[in-house]
Amino acid sequence: MWIDAVVETRKIFGGETSLEKLIFYVLAFVTLLVFFTGLIRRIKKYRSGRKLTGWNFRGGKAKGIEEVTEPPSHVRSLVDVATNKTIARRKPSVGMAHLLMFWGFIGLFLATTILSLDYDVYGNITRIFFGKERSFFKGWFYLTYNFIFNMAGVAALLGAALLYMRRIFSKEKELDYERAYKPEGGYKRVKMALGDHVFVGGLLLIIVTGFLIQGLRIDGSNFPSFEKWTFVGYLIGETWKAVGVSPALAREIHPTLWWIHVLMALAFVAYIPFSKALHILSSPANLALRNPATTRVLPPSPPDHIGYRELRDFTEKDLVGLDACTKCGRCHGVCPARTVGAPLSPRDLILDLRQWVDRSTKNPMILDWEERPDGSGPHNTEGRLAGDVIWERTLWSCTTCMACVEICPVGIEHVPLIVQLRRSLVDEGVMDPTLQSALQNIASQGNSFGKSARMRARWVKSLDFPVPDARKEHVEYLWFLGDFASFDERLVEISRTFAKVLNAAGISFGILYEAERNAGNDVRRAGEEGLFEMLVEENMKAFSSASFDKIITTDPHSFNTLRNEYPAFGLSAPVMHYSELLAQLLYQGDKVSLSKLTKQVTYHDPCYLGRYNRIFDAPRAVISGLGCDLVEMPRHRDNSFCCGAGGGRIWMDDSFLNERPSENRMREAASLGVDYFVVACPKDYAMFSDAVKTTGNEGKIAVVDIVELFYEAMMADQLVAVSGSSLSSEAFESQEGQ
Amino acid sequence: MSNEVLVINERVQGEIPDLTFELIGKGRELAQALGGSVSVAMIGDLSSLDAFGGADKVYTVEHPVFGSGYSAQAWEEAVAEVVAVARPKVVLFGTGTIGIDLAGSIAYREKAPLASYVVDLKVEGSDVVAVSQLYGGKLLAESLLEGETVVATVIAGSFPSEAGRSGGSPEVVSVAAPKSLDSLTLRPVAVKEPEKSGVDITAADLLVSVGRGVGSQANIEMLQELADALKVPLSASRPVIDQGWLPKPHQVGKSGKKVKPKVYLAFGISGAPEHLEGMRSSELIIACNTDPKAPIFEVAHYGTTLDLFDLVPEILEKLEA
Amino acid sequence: MKIVVGMRQLADLVEELEVADSGVDIDRDFVKFVSNEWDEAALEEALLIKEQVGGEVVVVALDEPDVDQTLYSAIAKGADRAVKIVGVEEGWTPTRLRAQLLAKYLESEGDWDAFFTGVQAADDLDGQLAGLIGASLGVAHAAVVSKAEPEGPALRITQELGGGTLAESVAEGKVVLGVQAGRQAPRYAPITRIRQAMSSTTIESFEAPEVELGPGPKVRKLYPPESKGQATMLEGDPVEVAEKIVEIIRTKGLVR
Repeated sequence: MWIDAVVETRKIFGGETSLEKLIFYVLAFVTLLVFFTGLIRRIKKYRSGRKLTGWNFRGGKAKGIEEVTEPPSHVRSLVDVATNKTIARRKPSVGMAHLLMFWGFIGLFLATTILSLDYDVYGNITRIFFGKERSFFKGWFYLTYNFIFNMAGVAALLGAALLYMRRIFSKEKELDYERAYKPEGGYKRVKMALGDHVFVGGLLLIIVTGFLIQGLRIDGSNFPSFEKWTFVGYLIGETWKAVGVSPALAREIHPTLWWIHVLMALAFVAYIPFSKALHILSSPANLALRNPATTRVLPPSPPDHIGYRELRDFTEKDLVGLDACTKCGRCHGVCPARTVGAPLSPRDLILDLRQWVDRSTKNPMILDWEERPDGSGPHNTEGRLAGDVIWERTLWSCTTCMACVEICPVGIEHVPLIVQLRRSLVDEGVMDPTLQSALQNIASQGNSFGKSARMRARWVKSLDFPVPDARKEHVEYLWFLGDFASFDERLVEISRTFAKVLNAAGISFGILYEAERNAGNDVRRAGEEGLFEMLVEENMKAFSSASFDKIITTDPHSFNTLRNEYPAFGLSAPVMHYSELLAQLLYQGDKVSLSKLTKQVTYHDPCYLGRYNRIFDAPRAVISGLGCDLVEMPRHRDNSFCCGAGGGRIWMDDSFLNERPSENRMREAASLGVDYFVVACPKDYAMFSDAVKTTGNEGKIAVVDIVELFYEAMMADQLVAVSGSSLSSEAFESQEGQ
Repeated sequence: MSNEVLVINERVQGEIPDLTFELIGKGRELAQALGGSVSVAMIGDLSSLDAFGGADKVYTVEHPVFGSGYSAQAWEEAVAEVVAVARPKVVLFGTGTIGIDLAGSIAYREKAPLASYVVDLKVEGSDVVAVSQLYGGKLLAESLLEGETVVATVIAGSFPSEAGRSGGSPEVVSVAAPKSLDSLTLRPVAVKEPEKSGVDITAADLLVSVGRGVGSQANIEMLQELADALKVPLSASRPVIDQGWLPKPHQVGKSGKKVKPKVYLAFGISGAPEHLEGMRSSELIIACNTDPKAPIFEVAHYGTTLDLFDLVPEILEKLEA
Repeated sequence: MKIVVGMRQLADLVEELEVADSGVDIDRDFVKFVSNEWDEAALEEALLIKEQVGGEVVVVALDEPDVDQTLYSAIAKGADRAVKIVGVEEGWTPTRLRAQLLAKYLESEGDWDAFFTGVQAADDLDGQLAGLIGASLGVAHAAVVSKAEPEGPALRITQELGGGTLAESVAEGKVVLGVQAGRQAPRYAPITRIRQAMSSTTIESFEAPEVELGPGPKVRKLYPPESKGQATMLEGDPVEVAEKIVEIIRTKGLVR
């Protein structure tokens, strides 16, 4: 009664009674009902989010910058999702396992869909219209179907098994659910871990039972030869037989196991909207919605108040982003704050916010949440969002280095959320006293040092050439110094060095003297939006009183806001980083002659230059062009490790940390055995000069600004030139060859 | 009208402060130039009356209200009464709480000119010339005080105190307590001694002191290390205490403790007058501040404008060597 | 409790102050004026009391450079009203004149309970404001206040007597306080709130009445202190200077 030996096919149901069939359809219907109800509730939650209007990024167009300043095209998002590219980044083996599982399950999903199309749709249509049920589930189609989807099953099984093994055995801190901030009342994340086990373990069971019933069916149908195309099922059938399951017995067991398989599969589908499995839908959706510009050009506050305080402040994208998190922990791994023992983990922040949103909307996950015996944190739906739900110190710990946003495989933008929450703290006046005095200094004198605004350009006095005032004469480059390069005793010397280089190269440049104000990059990221706007107004006034072609700065923080954020306020001049100009001087024209330096150096990518603005190559070109041997630190380019100064952290107390991020970084550099630690950012120079001392590496490695290196090569050449040698042209030729 | 110089003794309880003797000493100089005498007003606590050998006269005011503590209003009424009795040419206060509390209102009531933050005083004819420290010690103002009575508040440490201690036996004049003391609207309640804590910065021979220039609490650790290496307490100026970086018992200055170590190491302290008041009598002062114009260098014996972050690790190394 | 807080502008001490050609005042043309830091402490203490027991906080200041910024910032922090005393001659206003004008204003305001102001200002040569106002109004006053806490209708006042000794007194009825430091550091006024205050609040004007200024010190000259150059500057790099310092301590017998 089973076999139709002529046609290569199989019965869709395995001998179940019509009552059982009915039960199946009812269950399937209920499953879909639960799934869609859950999904709709989720989507409703997203739709309740704020809609962004009237805000668009208008920034520069440097090479490679589009990737991080423009929302991805749909094609790109699709390709990213299809290739699992973001998952494979920096962890290729995990990416490969996920890719197997991803395509495997898409295959299995297709298999079920095709079957349903044939049996439920095509079959019924033909029965109604032609009076006889027809099926395309036979012949070559059947064989191909079985072959391909057996492969999919193997892929899914392999991928899921690998990932599950990693989940169980890996000691990576990324997978350890220990919180960075440990609430006083304690917490338990057992259910989060359980959620993972149910998710991956459940999938594994579904695949395994699927294969088992396939084997039983083939065993029960006495191994028709065409079923060899169903190679895994055939093999398992033979195994059934080998362990003594006769075809008759196989036919007897089949329905039971089939029901187990079907019930698990249906339960899983229904479970999706209430669990980690939701990421199957939410993560690709978030990747399509992501806009990397958001971190570089911070979004405005909600229309009716400052910063995020309540549920309705979150945008649709924010809410999808929270649900997209898979707890993969990559942000947790790279976060400099977390690394040095600060109470911030971007992962915990997102999970806390998600649980808070779910509890506030009465839409909680079944597992996948954190227990708090005292009902604090995300369970506290009555408390202040910034302050009670998310601890203040957690929010202030962020250096806005963007390492989390960079590595997040599902496109979550943590930094803008943190800034929105900081804004509400600043609005209430809640902040570190040292940050408060820095902001007050900036508000009154335009610089964080609290020095008189009139002293801003005092550093030029000891130069033996005049520095033009761009407000009085036209200059090609308007040099925007920023506070540190203007006021810090150690850094004004570097400013003078850059001035000497510019002067020697005959470049037309000028400064704004006392009219320059703090650019506001870190003021904005500390959450003081009003002060940022005031600074922009003052700087724009200064710009409009000056005559220049381009802006140049040594400070990546000023660079970021001038280049990415000021255009919205009317700045149209191109903005350059000095490393780009130094590279130009080195490789184009003959304005300076340089001798070769033979130093072993390493280079630290400033967050706001590298990750934020994709300038990785210009400083490296300068370093190697000067003849230095560049030894990269393990964490470099987009994986650079923050010095700890960004986002206003430089104005805050860091005494509670286990170590400073700069010290962590300095130890990494010191292990390379190089002479110089080259920086291209005034704040880096300040932070790392301290770190060299506090880590006991004085005399072993020296912090050098890239322009000091340049100047050293320039001066060495002058000395050589006096003595009549012409090493410089030789040096230049070899540079061109590079 | 007399040519008397009246010194207001700024003691609520405990010992007579040095400042009072400084004022008596200077008062004697002024009195000689004016051809008058020196007197002291003693309010409330009349103990150690015999310490005022440097004065010609001591006015005392007694009233039960002074037993319950300090009230600016009570003191104002009492001092006003002494002034009414003595009709002095010059009234000298210190720039302490009592001086700041009373000098203005006494001058106002007497329709007398007042100069604050005085670091020097002299007589010119029948007038008094005062030099005052303004703008946190950045500028000095020389001003003329004309009138039947003139008032000055003097910054502690401006004059030597020895001159005021010299022997003699002053006449004691008991001034009747004014009736107004019976109906105060500002009632004294209690005087509280500072909480005793483990540190006693006044007893140390050597102090490592830190100021606003340290930048953050984190950096204080480095100075603490230095203090530990030298086995001495860490002290600080007011901004550091106000930020909560160190507890109050560590404070040197007007509102903190007055210290006289053999060596005072000042790191990142600019030297506001209130701070200098608390440490200027140290035997030897070594100051580290990046601003060469910082007033601390006025009182320091040795100075450096090196960054304390460069210097302190080196000192530590030298000590460990 | 209705508290009036007297605030004022002062040359920012981070500026390099120069003496004007007259020789008796600073050159006010190129100096940035900021709020007196002790006045901010006084405002904070007043706001804390308002938060504790309710009432009203009114800030009042003479019309001085950038005073609007200070007044709006006070509103942003939680003050209810701001008043500017206009028609005063620009320049170095004697504290006594300041006190007399503020006293006139306080008389016109009538129903206030306490007047708070900063304990001192860096240029109050002729006395500190609290005592002068207290005397001109005939109201009790206290300075160097570090705490003012409401106790029923009264205020319990803590003053620092120096050396860490604290004096407590209770003010029943009107009182004038010169605040040294509040119970907490002055709060931050976010710029957005200051701007909101600018658009939603009108600063009230109080025309300065004619007053007869009492006697005061006649400034004959203002001058930077002679750099006594007392400190011997230790020259050299950190290593050398450290060596010298350690040597000095050593000769004093304070380190082995």
